Amino acid sequence: MTTHFLVHETTDTVGVITVEGVEAGQELTGWLMDTDGTITIVARDPIPLGHKIALVDIKEGDTILKYGHDIGRAVAAIGKGHHAHVHNIKTKRW
Amino acid sequence: MGAAIPRFMGYRRENGSVGIRNHVVILPLDDLSNAACEAVANNIKGTMAIPHAYGRLQFGADLDLHFRTLIGTGANPNVHSVIVIGIEPGWTGRVVEGIAKTGKKVEGFWIEGNGDLKCIEMASRRAHQFVQDATEKLREECWLNELYISTKCGESDTTSGLASCPTVGNLIDKVDEMGATTCFGETSELTGAEKVCATRAKTPAVAEKFLKTWSAYNDFINANKTNDLSESQPTKGNIAGGLTTIEEKAFGNFQKIGKKAQFVDVLEPAEMPSAGRGLYFMDTSSAAAECVTLQAASGAVVHLFPTGQGNVIGNPIEPVIKLSANPRTARLMPEHIDLDVSGILRREMSLDEAGDRLIDIMLRTCNGRFTCAEALGHREFSLTKLYRSA
Repeated sequence: MTTHFLVHETTDTVGVITVEGVEAGQELTGWLMDTDGTITIVARDPIPLGHKIALVDIKEGDTILKYGHDIGRAVAAIGKGHHAHVHNIKTKRW
Repeated sequence: MGAAIPRFMGYRRENGSVGIRNHVVILPLDDLSNAACEAVANNIKGTMAIPHAYGRLQFGADLDLHFRTLIGTGANPNVHSVIVIGIEPGWTGRVVEGIAKTGKKVEGFWIEGNGDLKCIEMASRRAHQFVQDATEKLREECWLNELYISTKCGESDTTSGLASCPTVGNLIDKVDEMGATTCFGETSELTGAEKVCATRAKTPAVAEKFLKTWSAYNDFINANKTNDLSESQPTKGNIAGGLTTIEEKAFGNFQKIGKKAQFVDVLEPAEMPSAGRGLYFMDTSSAAAECVTLQAASGAVVHLFPTGQGNVIGNPIEPVIKLSANPRTARLMPEHIDLDVSGILRREMSLDEAGDRLIDIMLRTCNGRFTCAEALGHREFSLTKLYRSA
């Protein structure tokens, strides 16, 4: 079975696409690395290899969790399954 | 301790340190002496000039760092002997004296009063002797825990934090247990993960020293920034690879020190470790060539460099082993990737297995196998300059 995305920690709100060519509408299988579990999600955008997918509905202002830690804040709402990157997430530093 | 400590064939130096290469270096004190150094290296086969951009009218801590970096480069155990060429004898002599403390052969030459041609002739005759001595030096059996290993990542993407940096971390945990010396740096690139990183210090005093060092770098960035640094840190390449913020990049970077190893001290840029064997943090820029140059100048003899999007870095004296977990990079840029760990993402390779493969390629490199960067002639030597010259 193909693994399409990886999640560092179960508490993370984003996962990382690890295959090329993910299209909107595609059902994806993800590996939860900390528990060795599996989850599925439908991609709502085309998402390139290495880019992030929102695992939950994220509101503007929400903290983004990856590695189980704060990696920035949402500057726009990000629906579950959508592409999460510089257009909707910013650093809390600098 | 687990398995037996692996061995390799390396070079034992006069001061007991262990190297994996046997360079005869033609080292310029300053930018003005690059041409003479390159001429000597052209005359005498088997020598290597290391040109650079600085060395004039520097002062204070910036000058101290310049000397520390040049002396450390010449003193590195991967170097057999050194010719130093400067515009004048005074500062040239300071570098020669610093390198001579290791017990290795080093001699200085200067251009003022001689001109390039006479200087080149005298230096070439000495380099001729040095290279004949160097090529007679035999490799001897050495132990992995005699190595000083450095690590830094570059053109990272999210695959770096998922797999290639954790692969280095797996190696660091294993060699730390064996008693090797290791070093990580990239002060600014721990921003967001600095508090978690501080918990990996061996003692509260080391944690405090680390946080003070990180804060000073962060204050410097805040004082000079004109935006949120997006496209500088993270770089354009990082962003293209899916990294969004410095915090995200920092947690990926941080995977390189594994899960167990604790750092025993915080080093100044290019400072030699002096608190015994173990893991060290060095205060460095996060630019690849600057960081590796400082680590090599502190005596590191082999470098582990995870990349996502395909940084092509090498170093003149310290072999740089590159690994990537990005399947696209491994496919499109294979001549730059010494170890492909993209199998971790496909769940075909465990992290433990990847760490063992990295130890294997590291030992083969220590035995003399050229890295991708060595075969391609990558010799990036970038001095860190703290501020403007006087």
